[in-house]
Amino acid sequence: MNAAAAPLLELRGVSKRFERKLDFAGRLARRMGANLRETTVHAVDNVSLAVREGEVVGLVGESGCGKSTLGRLVARILEPSEGERLWRGQPYAAFAGGASRRERLAVQMVFQDPFASLNPRLRIADIVGEAPVVHGLVARRDRDSFVAQVLDRVGMDASLMRRFPHQFSGGQRSRIGIARALAVNPRFLVCDEAVAALDVSIQAQVLNLFIRLREELQLTYLFISHDLGVIRHVSDRVVVMYLGRVVESGPTAEIYARPNHPYTAALIEEVPRIDARHRSYVPIRGEIPSPLAPPPGCHFHPRCPHAFERCRVEAPALREIAPGRLSACHLNDIPRS
Amino acid sequence: MSARLLEVRGLRTHFFTKAGVVKAVDDVSFGVDRGRVLGLVGESGSGKSMTGYSIMGLIDPPGRIVAGSITLAGTELTTLGDAAWRNLRGNRVAMVFQDPMMTLNPVLRIDTQMVEAVRAHHDVSRDAALQRCREALVQVGIASPDERLLGYPHQFSGGMRQRVAIAIALVNKPDVIIADEPTTALDVTIQGQILHEMQRLSRESGTALIWITHDLSVIAGLADEVCVMYAGRIVESGGVDEVLDTPMHPYTRGLLDSVPSRNTPGRPLSQIRGMTPSLLALGEACAFRERCARAVDACRTAPVTQSIGTRGVRCVNPLS
Repeated sequence: MNAAAAPLLELRGVSKRFERKLDFAGRLARRMGANLRETTVHAVDNVSLAVREGEVVGLVGESGCGKSTLGRLVARILEPSEGERLWRGQPYAAFAGGASRRERLAVQMVFQDPFASLNPRLRIADIVGEAPVVHGLVARRDRDSFVAQVLDRVGMDASLMRRFPHQFSGGQRSRIGIARALAVNPRFLVCDEAVAALDVSIQAQVLNLFIRLREELQLTYLFISHDLGVIRHVSDRVVVMYLGRVVESGPTAEIYARPNHPYTAALIEEVPRIDARHRSYVPIRGEIPSPLAPPPGCHFHPRCPHAFERCRVEAPALREIAPGRLSACHLNDIPRS
Repeated sequence: MSARLLEVRGLRTHFFTKAGVVKAVDDVSFGVDRGRVLGLVGESGSGKSMTGYSIMGLIDPPGRIVAGSITLAGTELTTLGDAAWRNLRGNRVAMVFQDPMMTLNPVLRIDTQMVEAVRAHHDVSRDAALQRCREALVQVGIASPDERLLGYPHQFSGGMRQRVAIAIALVNKPDVIIADEPTTALDVTIQGQILHEMQRLSRESGTALIWITHDLSVIAGLADEVCVMYAGRIVESGGVDEVLDTPMHPYTRGLLDSVPSRNTPGRPLSQIRGMTPSLLALGEACAFRERCARAVDACRTAPVTQSIGTRGVRCVNPLS
């Protein structure tokens, strides 16, 4: 791979804040002297990320860490509060207007819940076929044969396209969700917890489908999951998030073998494994803080076993600690003895 | 094998629906001893939760326990009347559910809910009951119980709520706690904390724990024994090491092989083909035979559980 070429997709210092404005009663109460303020959640805080063509990047973190918001920013479902998004080196904004529709369709998303993300009143042929017809990729009269091709690609029987979503099992619905994303010939898929709702045996089938599609269509994935086993299996590179910030990133094998950030280390340690029997759990302390009121300094310091004074006041910067590996931890500044 | 604390023999729980009889639990037998953890593993629809509900006496029409016995320290539970059940449930057997919001009443303070659980079974003063509640909260790792008792469920995080639900299950020091996927909705680090507390509790207090889950790796770390369920039947049972190291039933084997961490990263996972069958269409034959690579003609007849030492496997052509 040519390292000098621009990455397929790049985020530069992207932040997303959600603000809850005060309602009328709230504004009135504030006028009267009540101590009410608008609340702001920093869902994603100054994240930079580059994904090369053909790469699978795994994004892990616990609930509330901003991984889904980041996925939605990449898929253009949300607009960032700050920062730049680049596709093949060009800002997303350059793709406005009808002429570059194809470029905009290049990033698609597969959603977590195979029950909620399909319209229960539409037949499968409509769910999968609607977007390519609307965007002029397929003529309306060719729609059904096109849907049959796409369904075949995700391993589903094309004769089922007249059915409704409720007539399918969870695994089949996942396949329909994937077929819908593939129908507009994307180059890049954002998979947000795409296998989380599935049973183990079905999860394996759907993961295999993702692996096969990547090879057949040369797709690039941003694979979002809380399941470190899944991430380890599918990704080339892992990005770990905690409370809106990236705390560590690097090649999958290295991260799992030698995690640098104490949070990554704790995450990997906590994962139940089949070969770890009758283990004594040594849990990491504390709860995940609310993103409404993140702790100052390093967000992880209240739970970190190695925290010292500097962690409480200064947020560590994400810096290269080895080629291709980034970590945001003050411990890296202390010379190892 | 005699006189185990909780013993389930030949349990059948069927649901009589308009579409036909759903055999949610079909001839299930197992037992658990004091201070031990039994893992009940299966995928959705395998009947693992219904087994738990049957033990708790929580099967509502159109469901009914049609056969089998459940004994707790020698007392038969399937024939108990309502009054006897009220005395037993929450007192000697307790259950923790997947969603703690389902167990906790959102409009009542934690102290009200916990004290109610104590005084429903014991004739004690409110202060004495509160003291027990405090102890139970400390046991599950809640640092400032006095403050927490005055809170409402919505003021708690998901992990905290689940701790409170576990504390309510514990407060009457039951013989058996049935935990139905209690950590599935929680984050990895919080799950680790709860598993740690539960493990310690069952060791220290001698409470028997039945841990219902779809996650084999949780069972690997926590349980002493494991029963694997498929389509309403236990297909394999035994010590956790034996079953996970040398599975004998092709389904157990298939499940273990499809776990990502046991496969080479980036390579296709070995998978079980097909889907779980509808519980309506089940005959006497082995329900797994359509998906099984080792299926033979004899699979068409009802497989019986073969005992091999302390293990059991319900397969006519088991892996050696």
